[in-house]
Amino acid sequence: MVDTRRTVEAVWRIEGARIVATLARVTNDVVLAEDLAQEAVIDALRQWPEWGIPQNPGAWLTAVAKRKAIDTWRRRERLDDRYQAIAHDLAARAGSEPDAWEPIDDDVLRLVFIACHPVIAREAQVALTLRLVGGLTTEEIARLFLLPVGTIQQRIVRAKKTLTAAKVPFEVPDPSEWRARLGSVLGVVYLVFTEGYAATSGEHWMRTDLANEALRLGRVLAGLTPREPEVHALVALMELQASRFGARVRPDGTPILLADQDRSRWDRAQIGRGQAALARADALGRGRGSYALQAAIAECHATAPSVETTDWARIVLLYEALGRIAPNPVVDLNRAVAVSMATGPASALLIVDGLADAGALRGSSLLPSVRGELLARLGRAEEARSEFVTAAALTGNERERGVLLAKAAAL
Amino acid sequence: MKYMLIMRATDAARQDYEAMDFNEVIEKMGAYNEALLKAGVMLAGDGLADSMADNFVVDFSADPPIVTDGPYGETHELFSGFWMIQVGSKEEAMEWANRCPLGPGSKLEVRRVTEMSDFGEFADNPVLKQQETWRAESGQV
Repeated sequence: MVDTRRTVEAVWRIEGARIVATLARVTNDVVLAEDLAQEAVIDALRQWPEWGIPQNPGAWLTAVAKRKAIDTWRRRERLDDRYQAIAHDLAARAGSEPDAWEPIDDDVLRLVFIACHPVIAREAQVALTLRLVGGLTTEEIARLFLLPVGTIQQRIVRAKKTLTAAKVPFEVPDPSEWRARLGSVLGVVYLVFTEGYAATSGEHWMRTDLANEALRLGRVLAGLTPREPEVHALVALMELQASRFGARVRPDGTPILLADQDRSRWDRAQIGRGQAALARADALGRGRGSYALQAAIAECHATAPSVETTDWARIVLLYEALGRIAPNPVVDLNRAVAVSMATGPASALLIVDGLADAGALRGSSLLPSVRGELLARLGRAEEARSEFVTAAALTGNERERGVLLAKAAAL
Repeated sequence: MKYMLIMRATDAARQDYEAMDFNEVIEKMGAYNEALLKAGVMLAGDGLADSMADNFVVDFSADPPIVTDGPYGETHELFSGFWMIQVGSKEEAMEWANRCPLGPGSKLEVRRVTEMSDFGEFADNPVLKQQETWRAESGQV
C-alpha cells in the first residue's frame, strides 16, 4: 500500500529545492516561495490519496504553488505594477503545459547561497540549508540533530524573518564576495558532516545519517559549481572520511580508533569516489585549498595498508601547509600526532606543550587526550593518567569518555 | 540507505530497444543519470555488455564448477545494467526507480543494500563477537 505522506516526502526530497528555487525566481522572494511550496505540499497530502499521484509530481506542486501566488497577489487591495506583471505572466502560463517545467540550476545555486546567507546565524543556516536544499522536513532535521522539533522550527522561522527584514535578494553573490560566501556554504555542509562524523553530543560516537546528508549536499553543490576546486575537495574529504564508518564502531557502539581499525572494512568504492573527487579538484589547476589539503591527508590514511606503513612524513607536510593557509590549533594538534608517528613522541610533545602554554584549546578534551597519549608513549605514566582523566571530564560524548577512562585505567 | 536498481529486460524488450533511435535512448538515459547525479544520490551505475563472446556463467552445482557461455542460457530476463543510489527512504528509492526511462518488457528490481545494523540481532553471537574483537585488535583481515 502506498503511504501518501511518505510519497509526498520523497517527492519533496527530490524536487523540493527545485520547486522553491523556481518559485523564488518568479517571486524574487525565497520566504514567500517556501511558504507557497509548503501550502502546495498540504494540498498534495489532501488530494493525492483521492486522485492518485500525478504523472509529474514536481511540476504539479510547482503549478499549484504558482496558482497560490497568483491568488495571493490578486487578493491584495492595491497591486503594484511589478506584482501585476508577474501575476499576469503566471496566469497566462499556468494553463499551458504544466509539464514544461524547466527549473534552472542557477536558481538552486541562488537558493543555496541564501540559505547560507551571512545575515543568518550559523545554526539557522544549517537548518535552512537542510530544509530548502536538502529537502528535509523540520521533523527529519530535528531527528538528525537530536533536538526538539520546536527548536528547529524556531530557527527556521527566525531565519526566514531575518531574510525578509534584511531584504536579501534572490541572487548569487557578487564576484567580490563570491569566495567568502562560497566558504560559508562549504562551512555549513562540513559542519553537518562533522556533527555526524564525530558526534559532539549524545550517546553515539557517530551519526551516519547526518554525515550522509552532508555528502548528498556536497554532491549537489559540486554539480552546481563544477569549476570550484574546493567544492570537489570537500566532497573528497567527506567521502574519504566516511569510508571508515564501517570500521569505526564495534557492534555495541564503542568506537574503534584509527590504529585499531580493520582496514579491510573500509569502503573501497567510497575511497575511490573520494580520490576521484580530489583528482577533479586538482585538475582545475588552482592549487590546493584547506579542504583539498585535508582530503589529501585523509587520502594518505585511506590508501595506507597499516598505521606503520602510513606516509607520516607526507602527512606532517600537508598539516604544515594547512596550518599556514588556515591557522588553527586543532590542525597544530593533528600535526603533533603526525610528528609523533613520523619522528617520535618527544618532538610532538614540544608542539603540544607550545599549544598548552599559549592557552589554545582550553576547555576541550582534545589537547589533554593527545598529551596523555604522548606522555604514555614516553613512559611518563602518572602524568599520562592525569591527562586522560582531565580529557574524560571535558568531553561531552559518552562513548569517548569511556575510551579515555579505559586508557587511564590501563596505565 | 543504499539501494541497487537492477535493470532486467526480456528478449522482446531488447529487440524493441534495438529498433529504437539510439540517440534518443542515450539522451533519455543521460538525462536520468544527470538527474541522479545532480540530486547527489548516485553512487555508481553501469550497463552490462550482452555479447556472448564477452560473458560466461559459472555454475557451482558441480565440483569443479561448470563454465558455460552466457549469460543467456535459460534466463528470460537478462540483467543488463545497474545503479547504486543513496537515499533517505524506501519511498524515495521508489520515486527514482519510477522515473527511469524504460519501456514495456523492462523491469527494475530494487534491492536495499545491507548495512551493519541488519546484523544487529547477531551482535551478541559469540563467534561474530570474537571475530570482531580479533579483527579490531589485529588490524588485519
